[in-house]
Amino acid sequence: MLAATAGHPGFLSPTGVEIAFVLVGIVTLGAAFITVTTRQLVHAALWLVVALGGLAVEYLLLTAEFIAWVQVLIYVGSIVVLLLFGLMLTRAPIGHSPDADSGNRWIALGVAGASAIALVWVVVDAFRTTWIDLDGPAQGSTDATGAFLFRHWVLPFEALSVLLLAALVGAIVLSRKDREDKS
Amino acid sequence: MHLAYPAVLAALLFCTGLYGVLARRNAILVLMSVELMLNAVNLNLVAFDVWLRDALHSGQALTLFTIAIAAAEIGIGLAIVLAVYRNRGSSDIDRLRDTAETDEAETLPGDADADDATHGTADQATAPAGKAKKAEATA
Repeated sequence: MLAATAGHPGFLSPTGVEIAFVLVGIVTLGAAFITVTTRQLVHAALWLVVALGGLAVEYLLLTAEFIAWVQVLIYVGSIVVLLLFGLMLTRAPIGHSPDADSGNRWIALGVAGASAIALVWVVVDAFRTTWIDLDGPAQGSTDATGAFLFRHWVLPFEALSVLLLAALVGAIVLSRKDREDKS
Repeated sequence: MHLAYPAVLAALLFCTGLYGVLARRNAILVLMSVELMLNAVNLNLVAFDVWLRDALHSGQALTLFTIAIAAAEIGIGLAIVLAVYRNRGSSDIDRLRDTAETDEAETLPGDADADDATHGTADQATAPAGKAKKAEATA
């Protein structure tokens, strides 16, 4: 919108930020592929750490600093640990697991490939000439994030805390072992 | 930076997660793939927010909300998976075909007899799902 009318830099002369973005993006995408294809369940969780950490670096490159650190804290720090706990508690095999993929993996590959081709085609066609201006003060610094979050988004933020409380209570109720109705 | 780079990366990550959701057999691996899809959406939100220079920063605020909701989702999802594992001795979503707890409901329709021959010993602890495993899992 801002730079689409003006002449935009071509794809053949990338800036340093673009080169870094593409390299980190390749690492992220590769880690995501290994996450969904590896046959060792614990390795899948550990490759998920690489993919989520790569995404945090992408947020940093897009000047969204606060979201990058929230990503590291919540995703890498707690969600992956929760997933590892889940794998351990359901006695997932540590080593090579022969049936990690179900029988419909070729259908899944077809669906994912078709949607990837369609989405990439549409996205490239729509945003080929769009340029993000990353100069100026960081738009996602902790200062800016605190300002917009507690100035314009206070009510959704408080509602979200109620939702988190409900999820906490629900998780405790669901995972309690000795319920009276079972005896 | 071209907007095409984060948009294409988000599309490819989403499709990777889509493949994982459809192809994986363990319920926890399906949850991991759902996390990948949510992260692809987050990357799109951040990139478009930085591009549009929105005064309200809707994209970044929604990203923070998505991250919090994903944390809630993974907590509830893991609690459900653990409850199912405790009741049935299996977190294999191909075998959870029926709401009733019967042995017939937990065997795959095609390989009822080939199941023991191929996965009998080397399988994860979930393969001979049924009442025998249930006692072990609840112990």
